[in-house]
Amino acid sequence: MKFVDEFRDPAAARALVKSITEIAGDTEWKFMEVCGGHTHTIYRHGIEHLLPENIELVHGPGCPVCVIPMGRIDDAMWLAEQPDVVFTTFGDMMRVPGSRGSLLDAKARGADVRFVYSPLDSLKIAVENPDKHVVFFAVGFETTVPSTAVTLLRARTLGVKNFSVFSNHVTIVPPIKAILESPDLRLSGFLGPGHVSTVVGIRPYRFVPEVYGKPVVVAGFEPLDILASVHMLLQQYAGGRCEVENQYARVVRPEGNTAALKLMAETFQLRPHFEWRGLGFISQSALKVHDDYADFDAEVRFSMPGVRVADPKACQCGEVLKGAIKPWECKVFGTACTPETPIGTCMVSPEGACAAYYNFGRLHRETALMVGQGAPVG
Amino acid sequence: MTSERLTPSAHEVPDPEDRTRIRIEEFRKRRPRLVDEVVTMAHGAGGKSSAALVDHVFVEAFRNPELENLGDGAVLALPTGERLAFSTDSYVVAPYEFPGGSIADLAINGTVNDLAVSGARPQWISAAFVIEEGFSIDKLKQLAGEMRAAADAAGVQIVTGDTKVVPNGAADGLYITTSGVGVIPAGRELSPLAVRAGDRLIVSGTIADHGMAIMLARGNLDIEADIESDSAPVNGLVEALLAAAPGTRWMRDATRGGLGTVANELAQAAGVGVVLDEGLLPIDPTVLGCCDMLGIDPVYVANEGKFVAVVPADEAEVAVAALRSQPGGAQAAVIGEVLADPPGIVAMRTPFGGTRIVDMLVGDPLPRIC
Repeated sequence: MKFVDEFRDPAAARALVKSITEIAGDTEWKFMEVCGGHTHTIYRHGIEHLLPENIELVHGPGCPVCVIPMGRIDDAMWLAEQPDVVFTTFGDMMRVPGSRGSLLDAKARGADVRFVYSPLDSLKIAVENPDKHVVFFAVGFETTVPSTAVTLLRARTLGVKNFSVFSNHVTIVPPIKAILESPDLRLSGFLGPGHVSTVVGIRPYRFVPEVYGKPVVVAGFEPLDILASVHMLLQQYAGGRCEVENQYARVVRPEGNTAALKLMAETFQLRPHFEWRGLGFISQSALKVHDDYADFDAEVRFSMPGVRVADPKACQCGEVLKGAIKPWECKVFGTACTPETPIGTCMVSPEGACAAYYNFGRLHRETALMVGQGAPVG
Repeated sequence: MTSERLTPSAHEVPDPEDRTRIRIEEFRKRRPRLVDEVVTMAHGAGGKSSAALVDHVFVEAFRNPELENLGDGAVLALPTGERLAFSTDSYVVAPYEFPGGSIADLAINGTVNDLAVSGARPQWISAAFVIEEGFSIDKLKQLAGEMRAAADAAGVQIVTGDTKVVPNGAADGLYITTSGVGVIPAGRELSPLAVRAGDRLIVSGTIADHGMAIMLARGNLDIEADIESDSAPVNGLVEALLAAAPGTRWMRDATRGGLGTVANELAQAAGVGVVLDEGLLPIDPTVLGCCDMLGIDPVYVANEGKFVAVVPADEAEVAVAALRSQPGGAQAAVIGEVLADPPGIVAMRTPFGGTRIVDMLVGDPLPRIC
């Protein structure tokens, strides 16, 4: 596992933290990490407590499970409960609560809900079960769209008739813009999404420095990547620069993955608008299956209720997703809403800010520092 | 590292974030609620949902002091003063054969290990079979032979049993239930209440092998890796440990829910804090690589031949040496320590220098592993 170790080197981390602390000075900094994957890394490795207290990491909207509104979960459950339907989904989505429970509950009540690691697995189930109709519950930002796109292409090539996609794919730029337009949040800059950028490249973020005057550093997902990216953001300020930089250059090409983008354009098209949990309707922020592939569009093949359902009153996922409040500031956090009995999406996905904080981060800063720096017991 | 107080002391005014943490800890100590209307797979996953189901359905109905200890086995005193450990477990693993073992040796080892970590010397086993109509007799013979071999290796006898056949579709091939009885030698007292701040945690070998072997054996991941289940009896290791470290406080086998769940059970039962040192956890590099790839935390992955022991700090070294001298114990290691504070919490010191919580597992990354 050497390829991982070199991004988790404690000596390199200490050096970066020292330099970050120096450059940061006494100023209060607020950087938003856009991706849920970043949030997960930050808590999993205890990075929040390694950084000086005047640097706050604000958790962003880039958790695909978290942004799905309740009405879409209800539609998914409705689909799963149709006769002769096999409903396939990524594991995370099974526990997301809709207004009538989760897919896990639907499964316990007898619906054929199966979890898969890839949409291609779902297509395989369709090929092996010609008497059933197999629906794939597609979620995710541009990161996962290409794999759904490939599956659509393959389904058409194979002439599969009993397979469709319930698309909930979303795009990353519109919510970033929505957050920048939000008046209650003063950010110093962004840790840009890493995996999304492998597909879209780094150019789509140019408006952030150019229009809103905030720096962006596209960041990787290892703990050193996070520290290095915070360092790069601070260096931009120190050097009087404001631009889009790429810390994750070992994976992200500036132009992205042009082949994947082409494939996406063939198989998906922008929706006029889409509801995001907590952020409301955002125009041109989500993808539906392309009209040319309408035979594989679950929204065309089934007449789903499509009812908009308001979030439970107590749930403040929207505020958490916008970075307006910290997970622990939500009234139901950790009591009524836990990973075991989630009310909101942010508590379900391992990339959700609430789940990451609850599962990994609930330590007093002093405790965390003392335990972290204690001598190894071996 | 010392066991001084790590949380803000009472006279300090807690900040809002601390108040939330305190509220959460109070909430975590409450009896788990059972809100579901039907049984879901989460109720069988060994986490909080399982605890809620057992508490609200079975403990509620069967209530008695021996049961309420909720140990791996019940410890029963005979009128003569001798003590027995008595344990039972069902095995529904899919697939029923996998690299490194099968449902047959698992059914023996699982029950042997539950008895051993209770401090008993396992002696007698019962075996009940629920067989699906159509199951191959040759396969059944082979599995029975494997059970016999596992029993011989563990030094136990299968002394009674039962067979039921159910119609095609009413079971998935074969389920086995084993129960076991062992004798606890006089003078052995293992209890979470004996655990003290400063004690060390030891694990008897590499973690996460069994769960990962099953996951790959299911064949739907398209990952080819040479990972075998660690299915094995631990009674020999337990005897070696107790001989070398007579001050051993408490043991538990880290099966479903893995090391993380066991550490949490310890922290809660003993009212102590537990710190695990991620850099000291023995994990096979291939297993770790697969866990990383699948986004699974190895501390929650099941083992079937590993146990966690808490020993006094001054016995930790000899304890590990004794385990390492035994077959199957070569990778034994000290992996953490017990703190007075924060009580009920398991923290992990990461090699990166950070700290995180290791909570009870929620949800079920992989059903039917045992």
